[in-house]
Amino acid sequence: MSAISDQAYLRVLPAQKLPPPAERTGIFNWLRENLLSSPTNIVLTFLCILLFAWAVPPLIRFFLIDAVWSGTDRDACLASPAQMHPGACWAFVRVWVSYFVYGFYPLAERWRVDLFFVALTLGIVWLARLSTPRRDLGALYFFVGLPILSFILLHGAPLIGLPVVPTSLWGGILVTVVVATIGMVFSLPLGILLALGRNSEMPVMKLAAVGFIEFVRGVPLITVLFMASVMLPLFVPEQFAPDKLVRALIGVALFASAYMAEVVRGGLAAVPRGQYEAARALGLTYWRMMGLVILPQALRVTLPNIVNTFIGLFKDTTLVFVVGVFDFLRTVEAARADPKWTTPNTTVTGYAFAALFYFVCCYGMSRYARSVEAHLTRAGRR
Amino acid sequence: MAERADNGQSPLPDVAVEIAGLHKWYGEFHVLRDINLKVARGERIVICGPSGGGKSTLLRCINRLEDWQRGTIVVDGVELTDDPKHIVAVRRDVGMVFQQFNLFPHLTVLENCTLAPIWVRHMPKKDAEALAMNYLARVRIPDQANKYPARLSGGQQQRVAIARALCMNPNIMLFDEPTSALDPEMVKEVLDTMVELAADGITMLVVSHEMGFARQVADRVILMDEGQVIEINAPKGFFEAPQHERTRSFLKQILH
Ligand SMILES: Nc1ncnc2c1ncn2[C@@H]1O[C@H](COP(=O)(O)OP(=O)(O)OP(=O)(O)O)[C@@H](O)[C@H]1O
Ligand SMILES: [Mg+2]
Repeated sequence: MSAISDQAYLRVLPAQKLPPPAERTGIFNWLRENLLSSPTNIVLTFLCILLFAWAVPPLIRFFLIDAVWSGTDRDACLASPAQMHPGACWAFVRVWVSYFVYGFYPLAERWRVDLFFVALTLGIVWLARLSTPRRDLGALYFFVGLPILSFILLHGAPLIGLPVVPTSLWGGILVTVVVATIGMVFSLPLGILLALGRNSEMPVMKLAAVGFIEFVRGVPLITVLFMASVMLPLFVPEQFAPDKLVRALIGVALFASAYMAEVVRGGLAAVPRGQYEAARALGLTYWRMMGLVILPQALRVTLPNIVNTFIGLFKDTTLVFVVGVFDFLRTVEAARADPKWTTPNTTVTGYAFAALFYFVCCYGMSRYARSVEAHLTRAGRR
Repeated sequence: MAERADNGQSPLPDVAVEIAGLHKWYGEFHVLRDINLKVARGERIVICGPSGGGKSTLLRCINRLEDWQRGTIVVDGVELTDDPKHIVAVRRDVGMVFQQFNLFPHLTVLENCTLAPIWVRHMPKKDAEALAMNYLARVRIPDQANKYPARLSGGQQQRVAIARALCMNPNIMLFDEPTSALDPEMVKEVLDTMVELAADGITMLVVSHEMGFARQVADRVILMDEGQVIEINAPKGFFEAPQHERTRSFLKQILH
């Protein structure tokens, strides 16, 4: 019909294989493409530079350049002819840092806490690094061995010559880490059970799980903590009531497990129905099907969300002070009231230190979640 | 064959599957209407019929992936009831292959095959792996054993799924449209595997529209439509002299 469709074609010479054209590289190209690509982009770029120039130098000046790094009392951090505008009082943090880490844990026993930190780090690295061998053993260590070991180390076992250190002496980062870790270690399995209960076909299980999850999610953590600490003695005689720290731990773990349940449920929903059918057709029982086929896939896709929940949990641990537990933030609070160190900058420095600690921990978890996500996308195993 | 004989303690009955007066409803919808079918030991049955006719549902009742409201199904002498013991006993004995393969993506090919022998049959890992390699060799993919399913082609995945089912040494195999999700060039490799399996004498119920396969291996062909068995016939009669009007129109549609 048309001239074009009438033209027949037959290739005579093969088309050559060519390397791709060189990419435009170099710093100027990068700047132009990323920062200055449009008028809006140019305006935004300059606004950001202005904001940066306005905010960052004073911070650097205060926290680094003008900061006081050493000293034995407040005089070091007060204005003097030598230092007219002293900055952050890091000397205060240096003097108090062992209190921030251990609380009132007896000096002679602090090696036990150090050992606990080492054992915990080992467990985290073993579990978290996807390339380490025998991660199943790692999980066993983390979820069974480590809790027992930690209890013996931190609480003490007179039988093997470790004197008991009552939890009222524990404090600081030790307590924060213990609360957060126990919260994570218990909330994951509890959350899985709750999620399975919620998906269950048995009405009673389902109702119980839904009731618990919705109740806990509808109440602030602070209320759960108060209830764990105030209402428990109503049910259990005072002398059998667990101590303050344990009550806080129970509160945090229950609270986190309700959130974890919803996260796990999301992961379960991502597993196709065919996986259940194939597992059942092979004769696997419910628990084996869940443990061997469904949960490994569900937890894998939802790992970033699990870590997100852990980050929330880690920050929520700061609330345990309401039931009289001395967590890290609480030790900073207590230390800044020390009359020996009252200076205009003590409080700011103390809180900056606390913020830095929480930021490093949470950012680390967040980076980890991202890298796992990237790994899973690369592996492309659904 | 030798591996299969030692499966049950008592000799297997001559009737592999007996379905009597089976009715099933999804809510108000009557999916299976009065199904009666006896499948003899070693018999190969191909079920075909228009979409939505209830073929998959019937197959899935045989290993109790679905339950039903009326009628009975007896598989290798075990009546399927709500009793979980009976259900597990039947599932150990009946292998199933799905249209979408349904391999476990987080496990390697070998682990897919050894999972059930280890956890359901309580076989030592070494033995389970030897058994799995044996079946993977029979479906001609022993060299892929340590890959993850996502790395395999559709035809290879379906052959792994067949090997995975065979690793339980089933007496009966169910296939639900095993080649429908495959690209045309892969259909043959899967059908060849199934033809070999048929030659071994295992009892097979296959939902399929591969009429060449049906002619070659089926002892009987069944047409299902609107939840009913319309016609059961030997392949020759089924294809050359279909009795029922619906069979004729169905065959006309799919053979052109
Ligand atoms: N879980 C379910 N709930 C409600 N209706 C269903 C369900 N599963 C299947 N059905 C309906 O039951 C009927 C039979 O479905 P079935 O999958 O057995 O058909 P089929 O013969 O295998 O068809 P196809 O060739 O499309 O696979 C269909 O109309 C389908 O919509
Ligand atoms: Mg179907």
